Amino acid sequence: MSPVALLARLGRAVLQMLASTGRISIFAASSFSHMLRPPFYPREFLLALLQIGWLSLPVVGLTAVFTGGALALQIYSGGARFNAEAVVPQIVAIGMVRELGPVLAGLMIAARVTSSIAAEIATMKVTEQIDALVTLSTNPMKYLVAPRVLAALLTVPLLVAVGDIIGIFGGYVVATQNLGFNPAAYLKNTVDFLEWLDILSSLTKGAAFGTIAALMGCYYGMQSGRGAQGVGRATKSSVEAAAVLILAANFVLTGLFFSL
Amino acid sequence: MIKLENVYKSFGDNHVLQGFDLEIAKGTSMVIIGGSGTGKSVSLKSVLGLITPDSGKIFVDGQDVTKADRDAFLARFGMLFQGAALFDSLPVWQNVAFRLLRGSLARPKDEAREIAIDKLRRVGLKADVADRFPAELSGGMQKRVGLARAIAAEPEIIFFDEPTTGLDPIMSGVINDLIREIVVEMGATAMTITHDMTSVRAIADNVAMLHGGKIRWTGPVAEMDASGDPYVEQFISGSAEGPIEAVR
Repeated sequence: MSPVALLARLGRAVLQMLASTGRISIFAASSFSHMLRPPFYPREFLLALLQIGWLSLPVVGLTAVFTGGALALQIYSGGARFNAEAVVPQIVAIGMVRELGPVLAGLMIAARVTSSIAAEIATMKVTEQIDALVTLSTNPMKYLVAPRVLAALLTVPLLVAVGDIIGIFGGYVVATQNLGFNPAAYLKNTVDFLEWLDILSSLTKGAAFGTIAALMGCYYGMQSGRGAQGVGRATKSSVEAAAVLILAANFVLTGLFFSL
Repeated sequence: MIKLENVYKSFGDNHVLQGFDLEIAKGTSMVIIGGSGTGKSVSLKSVLGLITPDSGKIFVDGQDVTKADRDAFLARFGMLFQGAALFDSLPVWQNVAFRLLRGSLARPKDEAREIAIDKLRRVGLKADVADRFPAELSGGMQKRVGLARAIAAEPEIIFFDEPTTGLDPIMSGVINDLIREIVVEMGATAMTITHDMTSVRAIADNVAMLHGGKIRWTGPVAEMDASGDPYVEQFISGSAEGPIEAVR
């Protein structure tokens, strides 16, 4: 391939990426504006709360408890190399609340919720249900997108908070049962070490990751191509995009909260 | 009256509508026939604003559809989709009463349910179907529910997209008869797209043949067999020989 052709291909890829970014930004702005303007669909919102929040609790909780336990074991064995085993409660707390709690919850939500939203909306598009909504004087952005994004924005921070607590509990169980830590001292160290900024960053990340997860599911679902292949492609693309954007947003938010 | 004037629509290199002109008089039933992929659905969806034409004008009762108030405009329409397009997450009665439960036509829930059950009866379904979900129904029953939803808000204009596709001949006959009865009873303007000639004869007042992105022939259904148009004749006879290429 000639250098010019290579440059042209690179240019096309960059243009495509910019166009996609623009389309997703416009979609996000539109969904936020529809959240604020009537008509509202409370039934759809409550169903989304249930689907995104309540029904995601088991998977987020299990992920957090095992991660917290593994983190305690890793910190204990790593810390032993320089006689710092005692920092297990502090590092488990900071690791779970600042980083692992929100990121793992975000990725679990991307796997569970983003894929489900994308597949559902894409199937609705393929079977003309979205067209049917329009002919029934119902705006799909208001009926399908806004309730889901709002529900994710509100429930994922709560899921993250619960995940943080369960993760710390996982570390506590491992440390007190296997590593010989005093339960009361472990809890005191955890509480004393955590700051409000840690908790605020965790909840903010949860809100951002939830919004990203729901938006990507809705966007790729609405953009779905025809047939089963179109639905499959929309689902795959939505999870990929959500996971990458969640990790990128995590980096940016961590920088904003703790480095600036 | 519905009027489409010189409508063009392309999808990439696929030029679907190329100067599409059609008039449908108020209170009449127009059936558009034509081969698969000739743009029948595109023409219908263009009127509803589900697809935006590249150029051309579409008027409903003299008003440009692009300038009409969207909600008020759509409130005048009912549509039966090819696959019924029922909402899987809602029970049958809420599908039928969808428009009556929200927006400008909203009514109390009990009243909306009553109307939904009444419309279900109108299309030959018993009241016990009301609380079932679409996935629990056969294809023919789903089509009837779709028809009940299309007429629930008593629209002035009803569109039918391939109403008998995928149904056995007996169920097709039932749906055709229902469509004809309902259109006459309501005095609605109807636009149907199909390639089922039995449907055409059962439903149509007038027929339009779409080929090559344009209307080739239009006239009363009684004159269709003697149209003298080779495209219409080939389509009616279902022959592989003629101006319409069998392999497309």
